[in-house]
Amino acid sequence: MRTFAKDAFRGERPWGDTVCDPWFSVHPQITNADMNQELVTNGASKSKRNSKKPEYSRFTQQELPAWKPILTPGWVITSFLAIALLFIPIGLVSLFASMRVVEIVYRYDQDCVPETYRDNVTSYIQNPLTNKTCIKNVTVPKNMEAPIFVYYQLDNFYQNHRRYVKSRSDKQLRNAGDEFSTKGCEPEAKSKAGPIVPCGLIAWSLFNDTYNLLIQDKVLDINKKGIAWKSDTKDKFGSDVYPRNFQAGSLIGGGKLNESVPLSEQEDLIVWMRTAALPTFRKLYGKISSDLKAQDMITVVLENNYNTYSFGGQKKLVLSTTSWIGGKNEFLGIAYLTVGGICLFMALNFILLYIFKPRPLGDPSYLSWNRNTSRQ
Amino acid sequence: MATQNVETNKKKKKKKGKVKWSDLYTFSCLRPPPPVNRSDFGHPGFSRVVFCNDSGMHKTKPYKYPTNDVSTTKYNVVTFLPKSLFEQFRRVANLYFLLVAVLSVTSLAPFSPLSLIAPLVFVVGISMLKEGVEDWHRFLQDLEVNSRKVKVHIGNGKFVDRSWKVLRVGDVVKVIKNEYFPSDLLLLSSSYEDGVCYVETMNLDGETNLKIKRCLECTLIFDNEQKFDKFKATIRCEDPNSSLYTFVANLEFGDEDQLDSSYPLSPSQLLLRDSKLQNTDYVYGVVIFTGRDTKVVRNSMNSPSKRSRVERKMDHVIYVLFFMLLLISLITSIGSVLYTDQPQTTKEWWYLRLLDDTDASFDPDKPLISGFLQFLRALILYGYLIPISLYVSIEVVKFLQAMLINNDLHLFDEMSGKSVESRTSNLNEELGQVEMILSDKTGTLTCNQMEFRKCSIEGISYGGDVNEIVRAASQRMNIDIESYRFNLDGADSTPRDSIEMVEISSDQNKIDLNAEKGIQNLGVMAIKGFNFRDDRLMNKMWLHGSNVWDMIMFFRVMALCHTGIPVENGEETSSHKLKYEAESPEEVTFLIAAQEFGFQFCRRTQSSMFVKEIDPSGFEVEREYKLLNLLEFSSSRKRMSVIVRDEVGQIFLFCKGADNIIFDRLGDGGRTYQHATTIHLANYAEDGLRTMVFAYRKIEDSEYEKWSSTFTKAKVTIGHEREELLENVSETIEKDLVLLGAVAVDDKLQDGVAECIDKLAQAGLKIWLLTGDKKETAVNIGFACSLLRHDMKQFHLSLSRDAESKNQLKAMKDDILNQIEASYQVTVNEKTKDDPLALVVDGKALEIALTNDIRDRFLQLAVSCASVICCRVSPKQKALITRLVKRYTGKMTLAIGDGANDVGMIQEADIGIGISGMEGMQAVMASDFSMPQFRFLERLLIVHGHWCYKRISKMILYFVYKNIVFGLTLFYYELYSKFSGDVLYDGWYMVMFNLFLTSLPVISLGVLEQDVSSDICLQFPALYQQGQKGIFFSWKRIIGWMGNGILTSLAIFILNVYILSLSAFRQGGEVVDISHLGVITYTAVVWTVNCQIALIITHFTWIQHFFIWGSILCWYIFLLFYGALPPKYSHREFGLLVEAVGPAPMYWIVVLFVVVISLLPYFIYMVIQRSFYPMDDHVIQEMKYGRKIVVDDETWLREKQSSRKATHIGFSARVDAKILHLKDQLHKKRMFIIKSITSSPIRRSITISTLENRD
Repeated sequence: MRTFAKDAFRGERPWGDTVCDPWFSVHPQITNADMNQELVTNGASKSKRNSKKPEYSRFTQQELPAWKPILTPGWVITSFLAIALLFIPIGLVSLFASMRVVEIVYRYDQDCVPETYRDNVTSYIQNPLTNKTCIKNVTVPKNMEAPIFVYYQLDNFYQNHRRYVKSRSDKQLRNAGDEFSTKGCEPEAKSKAGPIVPCGLIAWSLFNDTYNLLIQDKVLDINKKGIAWKSDTKDKFGSDVYPRNFQAGSLIGGGKLNESVPLSEQEDLIVWMRTAALPTFRKLYGKISSDLKAQDMITVVLENNYNTYSFGGQKKLVLSTTSWIGGKNEFLGIAYLTVGGICLFMALNFILLYIFKPRPLGDPSYLSWNRNTSRQ
Repeated sequence: MATQNVETNKKKKKKKGKVKWSDLYTFSCLRPPPPVNRSDFGHPGFSRVVFCNDSGMHKTKPYKYPTNDVSTTKYNVVTFLPKSLFEQFRRVANLYFLLVAVLSVTSLAPFSPLSLIAPLVFVVGISMLKEGVEDWHRFLQDLEVNSRKVKVHIGNGKFVDRSWKVLRVGDVVKVIKNEYFPSDLLLLSSSYEDGVCYVETMNLDGETNLKIKRCLECTLIFDNEQKFDKFKATIRCEDPNSSLYTFVANLEFGDEDQLDSSYPLSPSQLLLRDSKLQNTDYVYGVVIFTGRDTKVVRNSMNSPSKRSRVERKMDHVIYVLFFMLLLISLITSIGSVLYTDQPQTTKEWWYLRLLDDTDASFDPDKPLISGFLQFLRALILYGYLIPISLYVSIEVVKFLQAMLINNDLHLFDEMSGKSVESRTSNLNEELGQVEMILSDKTGTLTCNQMEFRKCSIEGISYGGDVNEIVRAASQRMNIDIESYRFNLDGADSTPRDSIEMVEISSDQNKIDLNAEKGIQNLGVMAIKGFNFRDDRLMNKMWLHGSNVWDMIMFFRVMALCHTGIPVENGEETSSHKLKYEAESPEEVTFLIAAQEFGFQFCRRTQSSMFVKEIDPSGFEVEREYKLLNLLEFSSSRKRMSVIVRDEVGQIFLFCKGADNIIFDRLGDGGRTYQHATTIHLANYAEDGLRTMVFAYRKIEDSEYEKWSSTFTKAKVTIGHEREELLENVSETIEKDLVLLGAVAVDDKLQDGVAECIDKLAQAGLKIWLLTGDKKETAVNIGFACSLLRHDMKQFHLSLSRDAESKNQLKAMKDDILNQIEASYQVTVNEKTKDDPLALVVDGKALEIALTNDIRDRFLQLAVSCASVICCRVSPKQKALITRLVKRYTGKMTLAIGDGANDVGMIQEADIGIGISGMEGMQAVMASDFSMPQFRFLERLLIVHGHWCYKRISKMILYFVYKNIVFGLTLFYYELYSKFSGDVLYDGWYMVMFNLFLTSLPVISLGVLEQDVSSDICLQFPALYQQGQKGIFFSWKRIIGWMGNGILTSLAIFILNVYILSLSAFRQGGEVVDISHLGVITYTAVVWTVNCQIALIITHFTWIQHFFIWGSILCWYIFLLFYGALPPKYSHREFGLLVEAVGPAPMYWIVVLFVVVISLLPYFIYMVIQRSFYPMDDHVIQEMKYGRKIVVDDETWLREKQSSRKATHIGFSARVDAKILHLKDQLHKKRMFIIKSITSSPIRRSITISTLENRD
């Protein structure tokens, strides 16, 4: 009806006047050709010349073919089911993997302080003359297959403190010639003898507890090679960079380094310098390449050198196997299972809902105008 | 175009007879100026001196006045940089970014300075560029205006074309017909002997009727180019001001002997810039005010820079985020200070060596300083909460949206070759929230063109094809009737119902047939201003009518009672058709119609009019009528009469005028057709046609003689009472009239205006009509475009004569207030509450109604009415109404207009739209969008507005979400790092996040998202109301999305930390360090935000797919390349993906888990909303795109019907009302027929016979 009326309007406008109505006269729309033939051609060519008619393209007309997904009950159920079906197996697999992992965590920071120093731990730990050796026994709860990883775990130690994180010079660590580039290493940049290699607080505060493990009085070999990332030993720590002036100042932070060994082989340092992200962290100490049996008694002979007492940090020794998900991590598996379960539950709920109280797709009664009228 | 006109005009010029109009007119238009105290000249305020024809004098001080160069630009080359920079940094957000950029150069910055400065430069640069381009366009348009040509006297009587801008005060110019005046001119002489000229002031006040200007008698002699050689005069006048209707000046001019003679000048000698010369071949004038001194330029306002509501609300969102930023920065700095400041800290945290202070932000001795530094750093660090990229993206998106609007083929007008153009792209989303449209009439709704449509002669209506309303109604009724009949047939199969129904539907068919025929015929006719088809009148057929005498008289009124003049049409000499020019376009249509009916008005001299008539015998004869008197039209008289003597010597008075006026003056013998004519008039008026009633009177010689003498006496009276006297005298002759009939003229609406208004009304928009035209015209148009309808209750607000004459503000106020109160009582009345109401306000009444103390009452009333029409409104009032409506209702207003008089309104409204079809560009220049025709408003608002609003809203919300997600993970990490300000992520990640990894999907959302396709938008205008209610950018949603962001960030961070801390994450026993945790968390963030946008988007083209999944892929590619760089550049991230996280299964399953968990809350929300509380667009999407066809076409159609808001205005509403009316009538008719049939003897016999037959 409307278009009809519009066409009727079109027919009305074929005059060729130019006096009062510039608008129509520029582009006269002529229906019968015998009128104003001259003006038709004139106007038409003019309109073509002036015309800024947009080019047609699907993009500019916003008519690109499109996928318009609608969250139908089918989609809802499918997606919940899909999540459930994906998550429950993953959860089971990772839980299983985590359960295979055997982990021994032994906290020694308190036990290894002699009774006499209990009230004044800091003086004990800071005194270089006190005997730091400490011997403890740990039982293996389950069979542990090699490789078994030995970690130390520190608590409340902020390796991620901005002042601390910054305090290193990668350049210096990489190249032998750059020992003077100690920018950012203050206050552990230079000693009286010259630049410190490796400079900075991180290196300075190197962890220096040592562990020796005995099993039935036999020394359990802890392999300290290969605990650092390949990229570190190969590219980031120079094989021709040797420690210099390290821990030579008046204030001694942590461990010392063998000045005859290049940095790339000082894997303890390399591991330490991979700053941890969180205040509680583990770092790899070494690997044991022999299996341990359940109920084996391990004797730990450790040197309790490192000062975590002043800030109340704990120190733990960790022995752990790994699986494909890494160390022991039951939370992941349980979380996966939980989410999978919830989704399964949701899916079932929605299935039931749509069976018993189906909402027809595109039910017009939900439209606002229909709702409004029904309310009145 | 213009030159073409000039040429044709030249041809016509020689044919035109010289007529002294001033002798014909009797009333006010040439009234002498009111006395003014002219002793002020030379004093401040009246110091201007113009040396006519000696513009050289104005080159030096003190008479140096500005040139005629008009500039509407905001900036120039020098001021652009400082001014636009200032504009930019008035935004709080930009100021913050500036602060951050400045700080980033210091050592405090956690990121590289480049990553902070570059976006700021980009944002500010883009905005400035946009400003610059817009200003450039303004400059170009100024240039176009400034370089228009006008003929200027250069001495020796020579006139040459000069561009407008070089025009100086004192120049003598010649302006040719249809040209605009280049500056304010003093009229010296015109092509008419008595120096009058017609001026169209549409650009100034929107009035379409022509105004007469008249020069001083003493300058009349300068009517020839050569004569200006000797012309010298001096004008002393007031200083430039903005008042359009006042002008005080003296012209000192004379021959050599009497140099001192001085003549007072009045506004009627002043031709204003931007008004147009009409109906006059040429005028000569002296430039008085130029450039920015001209009254029209002084009236113009500086265009304000508009910001959309969504953007203003976004500012508030930014404030909230800013507050959040300050809060967490404060927490960070206080936390940091507390950790460093404790006296034992330095001992405890020995490995930090805080006492060896190298870093001021960790100095335990100066906690305040270090706290402040930490605070500053935190401000920069958490800057991701305040997304500068949001501004960048919005600029980009709006630009692209504007491009899509500009390129929409549906918004292209074939006829003018113009398209809808978005001139300022920052208001796109406002289009989706408009609630009130304030529209100009002339040139906007109508095309300023009259058409003769119908007439009623001797009580018979001619040219009466059914109007569209009835046609549409009857069509719909037909359907209804069919079903109704079916029901009836099923229930009771007596024959009588069927008979009746058949009769009705056949009637219907006939009407439709007629209509179609009429339409076909229209194509053949095609005469401008004449849209009339009735075989009974055309081709002399009327000669066979019953009362030919009255017919002839009717046509004579048409051909004689006017002020027009014929113009020989150069091109169509063969057809002997003339063209006419007259004071009002209506008169032109009457003349054209008369010509078509065989009464061709062919010549006019000072005292006679010549008409080629068709004799009752059928032959064409030329008759001369001596024009004795012309009693002209005025708004108070509402009628016009001519007194003529025909060749036989009989004296006739022909009168045309408003119906009630004429009916009052009918003689006893002249009321034969009054009843029928009244009915016709009502019908015409309902169709929105402008009506006029024709009557005549034969006057005896003696009576005329007597009257004539009194009239002449009155005419020569000088003073205030002259007019009144004249009116009274006229009254005595305009009586005992004989009614002939009525004519109906159509003020032609533009294409599609009615449909457009209909759709807009359905979309819940209110439309106010603001016009400078008179009330009758406005009301007619109100009917024509369905803003008014017959069964509406109309309130007319106008000053009563009584109050007006007293001219006391108090009385007028009381008067208006009473009217408002009375009307308002009706609106709140229970009974009439739901009735459609309309308000018609007169300009003067409006002026009172808008005074401070009663305007609230007025607006209260106006808002409760379905449609509001304001007539006789000045440009300033238009702007004022717009402002008040905007303020009072708080609703989004859109103003649309085409002329310079609409500029104020356009600038004042939230969105201003200029019609670009017309010549004047002022409205377009001031507008935010320009369109060639009104009808494009429908698509612009309902489709583009709807989309843009949704797009921008979704986009901003998502942006807030995504930056909260990212920014807060940075903060949470501080809790784990002693608030030291360490960053979990690599600096490049941070830069990448808003630049490459998340920007493109959100831009594609902002540009391409469609909830429903454009067809559906148009089919369901009700969807538009989502925008009006603002539900997509409500605080509920904003808070919701912020909450979602906080939740997501918590989930991502906590889960990552919890799962990845302590134990090894690889089979090789390696544990995570900062870079590992950073990269895993960051991966989760990238996945989450990109998947989240995939959940938001409902319209995936390949572009969205490409951007979303490409962004995620981009992250891995980046990581790969970054890790492959030597450690010197990649630092901690060296080989990260390949060596560390990539091979670890843990990495992938953690990311999967975290992403799913983070998205689950929103997904569940979405499911619940969709399933239990679906919104309109959801349901419609389902209806349309659901895989199975869940709805049939019928439901679709039904919903389309019912989605229309219960509107009171618009075409469909009228159709509905008509249907109701028809049904009512049908019912009555049926009852009547049943009654008559059952009681009639025939029926009885039939029933009896059928009964017998059956037996």
